Amino acid sequence: MDKEKKLLSRKLAKIRGWIQAAATLLTNIHIPNLFKGKIYQGNAKTVCIPGLNCYSCPAATGACPIGAFQAVVGSSKFKFSYYITGFFILLGVTLGRFICGFLCPFGWFQDLLHKIPGKKLSTAKLKPLRYLKYVILIVFVILLPMFVTNSIGMGDPFFCKYICPQGVLEGAIPLSIGNAAIRSALGKLFSFKCMILIAVIVLSILFYRPFCKWICPLGAIYSLFNKVSLLKITVDSSKCVGCGQCSKACKMDVDVCKTPDHPECIRCGACIKACPKDAICYRFMGKSCQKNDNR
Amino acid sequence: MLKYQKTCQSILLILGVSMISYGAVRGEVATVLGKAIKLCLECVGIG
Repeated sequence: MDKEKKLLSRKLAKIRGWIQAAATLLTNIHIPNLFKGKIYQGNAKTVCIPGLNCYSCPAATGACPIGAFQAVVGSSKFKFSYYITGFFILLGVTLGRFICGFLCPFGWFQDLLHKIPGKKLSTAKLKPLRYLKYVILIVFVILLPMFVTNSIGMGDPFFCKYICPQGVLEGAIPLSIGNAAIRSALGKLFSFKCMILIAVIVLSILFYRPFCKWICPLGAIYSLFNKVSLLKITVDSSKCVGCGQCSKACKMDVDVCKTPDHPECIRCGACIKACPKDAICYRFMGKSCQKNDNR
Repeated sequence: MLKYQKTCQSILLILGVSMISYGAVRGEVATVLGKAIKLCLECVGIG
């Protein structure tokens, strides 16, 4: 292979950390609000951001898609959200779980935690837990807010209320530091959610992205589109020598050669970096991201 | 297979845009904004 011709796929995988940092900054652009203890209230919050990012974070640019979906289905006016479902379909079919790998602030947070030196454990034997996130999506995000309603027909955002650790990390902690009234209102539910956050932090140090693999309903939604998304990972069988380096490098426990479009693939590019033959690359709309690819 | 995938992608893209437009027309955007600009008590753990 000509060394002068750089591989865009490999480059993209190499600068993933920087893209994640930039995406986190863009989805939390109102940084001065963190010190004021106030939430941004502009019209940009009509638009959902692609990753899991609490809209109660003082710096948040847009709305959290999972929170917004629950808000609409749990409202007395609507029982289904075409607006948010359309958003999921549009982003899912365009990027799939590339969003988890490159654009999600909570994904980046877990990536950083996993870089803390220490013992690391494999999740290969815990694969059945992957299905838990689909149960959480159906029960906590769709069914409970839709059907468990109060006297005026409004349902709670059950996932945000009882599971999501982002609300504590991005919302409660910075708001309680900057706002005494909020600090004094925090009670048992906050303590319970703090315990979930601590559990996710500890697990993220030991395992790679436990929240994304087992809990995240947003990841569950995007995973449904991985097989049809415009952005894909493809393996060139004529170049592949079957060394298995790609599967060894995959922290999402995907057998890249057999199933490059696996629902668990977050398009992180670890396989692209690991491949000694440059047989794996990103493709967008059927076009290879490799500059020297003649197909 | 490739043709089937492209058809699927096109249908889903059109469906996504149509659903966003329909949702916006029937007023879901105001519900999203109304929730997103206020402190979400459930999210931060107040209740």
